[in-house]
Amino acid sequence: MKKLLARRELSLVVAIILIVGVAIALQPRFASEQNIRSILLWVPLLAVAAMGQTAVIITRGIDVSVGSILGLAGMTTAILLRDYPQLGVGGAAVIGIGLGAVLGAINGGMIAFAKVPPIVATLGTLGIYRGLTFIVSGGRQVDDYQLPKDLMNWSLEGPALLSKVPFINSIPWVVWIAIIVMLLSHLGMTYTRYGRDVYALGGNPDAAALRGIPVNFVTFMAYVLCGIGGGFAGVLYASRYGTVNPSGIGNGFELQVIAAVVIGGVSVFGGTGGAPGVALSCLLLGVVNVALSVLAIADTWQMAIYGLVLLVAIIADERFARSARKRAGEAV
Amino acid sequence: MITRIRSRFGPEIVAVVLLILAFGFSAFREPRFLDAEYLFDRSTLYMEAGILALSMTFVIIAGHIDLSVTSILALVGAICTTLVSKYGLPPAAMIIIAPVVGGALGALNGLLVSKGKLPSLVVTLATMALFRGVAQILLGDHSLPMPKELVGIHKIQLPGTYFHVPMVLLAILAVIAAGVLHRTVWGRWVTALGTNAEAARHAGIPTGKILIQLFTLSGVAAGIGSMLMLSRLGVARFDHARGLELDVITAVVLGGASIFGGRGTVFGTITALGLVGVVQTGMGVAGVKAEVQVAVIGLLLIVSVLFSNFTARKRGR
Amino acid sequence: MSSPAVSPAAGAVILSASHISMRFGPVEVLADISVELRAGEVHALLGENGAGKSTLAKILAGVYKPVSGKLALLGNEISLSGPRDAAAKGIALIHQEPLTFPDLSVAENIFIGRQPTKAGRIDWAKMRQDAEKYLSALGVTLDVSAPVRGLSVADRQMIELASALSLDAKVLILDETTASLTPGEVKKLAAVLDRLKAEGKAIAFIGHRMEEIFSICDRISVLRDGLKVGETLRTETNVDAILRWMVGRDVHHLVERGEPNLGDVALDVSGLTRKPRFADISLSVKAGEIVGLAGLVGAGRTDVLRAIFGLDTVDSGMVTVTGTTLVHHDPARAMEAGVALVPEDRQQHGVLMPQSIWENGSLAIMPRLAKFGLVDDKTARQKSAEGTQRLAVKMRDDEQAIRELSGGNQQKVVIGKWLLTNPKVLLLDEPTRGIDVGAKAEVHRVIVELAQSGLAVLMVSSDLPEVLALSDRVLVMRGGQIVSTFDRKDATAEGIIAAASGATLAEVTA
Repeated sequence: MKKLLARRELSLVVAIILIVGVAIALQPRFASEQNIRSILLWVPLLAVAAMGQTAVIITRGIDVSVGSILGLAGMTTAILLRDYPQLGVGGAAVIGIGLGAVLGAINGGMIAFAKVPPIVATLGTLGIYRGLTFIVSGGRQVDDYQLPKDLMNWSLEGPALLSKVPFINSIPWVVWIAIIVMLLSHLGMTYTRYGRDVYALGGNPDAAALRGIPVNFVTFMAYVLCGIGGGFAGVLYASRYGTVNPSGIGNGFELQVIAAVVIGGVSVFGGTGGAPGVALSCLLLGVVNVALSVLAIADTWQMAIYGLVLLVAIIADERFARSARKRAGEAV
Repeated sequence: MITRIRSRFGPEIVAVVLLILAFGFSAFREPRFLDAEYLFDRSTLYMEAGILALSMTFVIIAGHIDLSVTSILALVGAICTTLVSKYGLPPAAMIIIAPVVGGALGALNGLLVSKGKLPSLVVTLATMALFRGVAQILLGDHSLPMPKELVGIHKIQLPGTYFHVPMVLLAILAVIAAGVLHRTVWGRWVTALGTNAEAARHAGIPTGKILIQLFTLSGVAAGIGSMLMLSRLGVARFDHARGLELDVITAVVLGGASIFGGRGTVFGTITALGLVGVVQTGMGVAGVKAEVQVAVIGLLLIVSVLFSNFTARKRGR
Repeated sequence: MSSPAVSPAAGAVILSASHISMRFGPVEVLADISVELRAGEVHALLGENGAGKSTLAKILAGVYKPVSGKLALLGNEISLSGPRDAAAKGIALIHQEPLTFPDLSVAENIFIGRQPTKAGRIDWAKMRQDAEKYLSALGVTLDVSAPVRGLSVADRQMIELASALSLDAKVLILDETTASLTPGEVKKLAAVLDRLKAEGKAIAFIGHRMEEIFSICDRISVLRDGLKVGETLRTETNVDAILRWMVGRDVHHLVERGEPNLGDVALDVSGLTRKPRFADISLSVKAGEIVGLAGLVGAGRTDVLRAIFGLDTVDSGMVTVTGTTLVHHDPARAMEAGVALVPEDRQQHGVLMPQSIWENGSLAIMPRLAKFGLVDDKTARQKSAEGTQRLAVKMRDDEQAIRELSGGNQQKVVIGKWLLTNPKVLLLDEPTRGIDVGAKAEVHRVIVELAQSGLAVLMVSSDLPEVLALSDRVLVMRGGQIVSTFDRKDATAEGIIAAASGATLAEVTA
């Protein structure tokens, strides 16, 4: 498996270098820092949300409601900070993340215990959570001047500790947060029994049940984690954009998250993939966006490119799994 | 006999009862619901979803799902209007080209699912983005006009009645679909495929071919739906019908088709579509915002699956 | 503890099952069975397929709860809530197809769900060490950090055994563990079992290869049709006696084959290859002939039938049915050419469980009865009724869902479904598996009748008396190849077992 992962990660790194190279070759003004910065600041959001979705897809599930979770949690956080500034940025963030966990638990409960297929449950809550976003906000947006400066600073400033270090000092908090989340996710998936149970369940659900793995609980928790990731990303969204609009926030985000996870090497057939690959693929998608922008290719290409790359990743995974089975002497 | 009907058509009966209740409640709150002209006028909004729901009924009965139909609808609209306005295609040709293009896009899904042995959920999730993305590349944030002679089909009524053309079309297609599903070999094969794909293959049923045909059919329906929508709205936009897949899937599942495949009826789907329409219209009249309406439809979807899971478990399946 | 030759009878009873009965739906599969597993002893549970030995194994390991009867561990009555509970109490089940996770490492597969931790995190280094420790206790060397995908069944069984040892299991239940192993692998396993015996483990061994039983086991119990027909020490019996117990079903239960009425070759298969399942399979079946395809589980028999029917693609080779060569591997084509397949797994492959009897019965002829693609339910129902009457299916009415029927009646509906298509070649895969004795005899009668009426029958069966009673010729497969052919008059249980297991006849009957 190490080899397989290394292979996917290697190809992602090559793809990133290639895209950066092509962009630089075609457009010398590529390195305009402002430009890159503004686009890349979206990567931490994606990465944080993708970590939870990774667990879900490894268990052979899917959560298409993650964009709506981001929306509802981000909206709620922004409203709380506008109306109850005494909560503090930290307090509001905890509530936002906790709300994400609850929303994920609703998905997970229906899927793990009531045996509703993941696509139906989360397609339903995609609509429900978006409707709730509208209800809690009364359809009105929260503007950046209504939010505390501290929250905005997450996306502007780095830790004071690093303020003297050249280059590093320009990396804002959101990036550090995302790195910490990815690290925790990697450690969790590698060094906890829960993390290993997730892989076992995705790799062979029947065997997992017979070997005594608490299959329902593992499934349930995967959606809770996905909700936490979505909620956290919602908080970061408020920090990143300042203006939080109930109909704009998180719309279509689920596709980007799922694309990032699958392109990052998590097979839709379950059981393989992990945080490092997904982190790289988030970066790749960020770089693609930067490249599109500096090459003056309209944003309108973005969705088609995501769809195409996602499709290619799915087909490649299937081919790869098939050849792995063949090499292992299994019938295909 | 009665128990047999109840056990065979239980979910459909539930949908009918819910429809009557929703309609009664709405009419009680809003007398306009009893005005035929108003009703038929509102119903024009649901004809496109109805056509998509017909083909989705087959796809879901076969144990699959097609999330990309609404994107096919948008892309077909984008391609057709682009061909007309930029390449001088005669407007009348759209009527032929739309279902053909839709069918081709659907066939791509079908090939990937059938030959590529990929789950339809992820394939159509990817093509949902891809197809709408291509529509966005073609149209950007602009809209292209539908040729004038093709605009307003929903305003044409059968002489002396309130029945408009899209409704007549949907009615005809629904009758055909019901016939195909319940009375043809192909329809029975689709049901067998959804009941147990392996057993169907063991019975000599060409399951691979059927899958390709199913997704092609789904694309053709999206092509027809596209023409109706463009005619109604007068323009093509890349974000047409975005999110409509929720209404479509809800109608099919609420109408009694099992999300696990193997059962479902066209009658149920059409009834549930009516229910979705009445609920949405009722909320619209009551001033409920569109986003909240979506939430209610999402809730309907989940409740219907929870309900059918619950009754299935009670029957000891 | 040091010598592997612990006196069998000397061991204390570790796990005992008394008066166990079990039924699945209407079918009673075990009746009043009592067995004891003793420390340092390998206890063989023998019987034909369907005799109930695997069900008994699963009851001992907590997978099934018996309808009645008691289990006692070291003299204390226990009740097992599931395999996990059984494992925690020291009872481990080793499966024929081991429960492994292909993408996880060998070490993780041993310790999944209970990996050693240090300060709350999994201690990978210790896990690998421990894994190596338990594997070397079994005398096996495997790369513990490599993924399991690609390992042989034998290696994966060792992983399950290591997992059982790591749980400090006192009782090991090996369910048909040797069925898909090569003779070399079986020898290794036997050596491992000797070690485990020496450590005082109580071992139940389910299998049917005589030479294995006699080299590995100390005590032998034989089941037949859900009843225990005898128990003896190995030293006090011989192969003949055991075979008599196993096969000793009253001969009058079995149908008279009579003189076959052979016609032209109906099915001709040449050089059929699908790696790694089978290679270079050539056989032919004449009209009116019944050819038995014997062999052990995993020998590739089912795969051959699937390939003939076009369910799987093949690497090379040809299938010809009454002169028509099947080029495209597609069940619909095979069906048109006159091939019918009654699959082994009835519930998963044979019937559409929620659908009615007549819908199932007419599924295959539905397209032929259709006019302009429209189904003709009335005729279909009549036809289906013809089929069910001819085969004497017991049912309330044909609107009943087929899942309400017993296995034997379901099987008859499946056979009836195919007969309506007027096949020339009938492929049967374990036609009487999971069917009770009475229905079995009826299915046998049907098969013979069909052959007499000119059908070519190719039958895979692990039920030796069935193979011997029905077949005009017996082909034996081993390791994906046909290794021997017996004419009816030369076919014996011992000869077939010897050919199927790769032992010499002398070893089998020794």
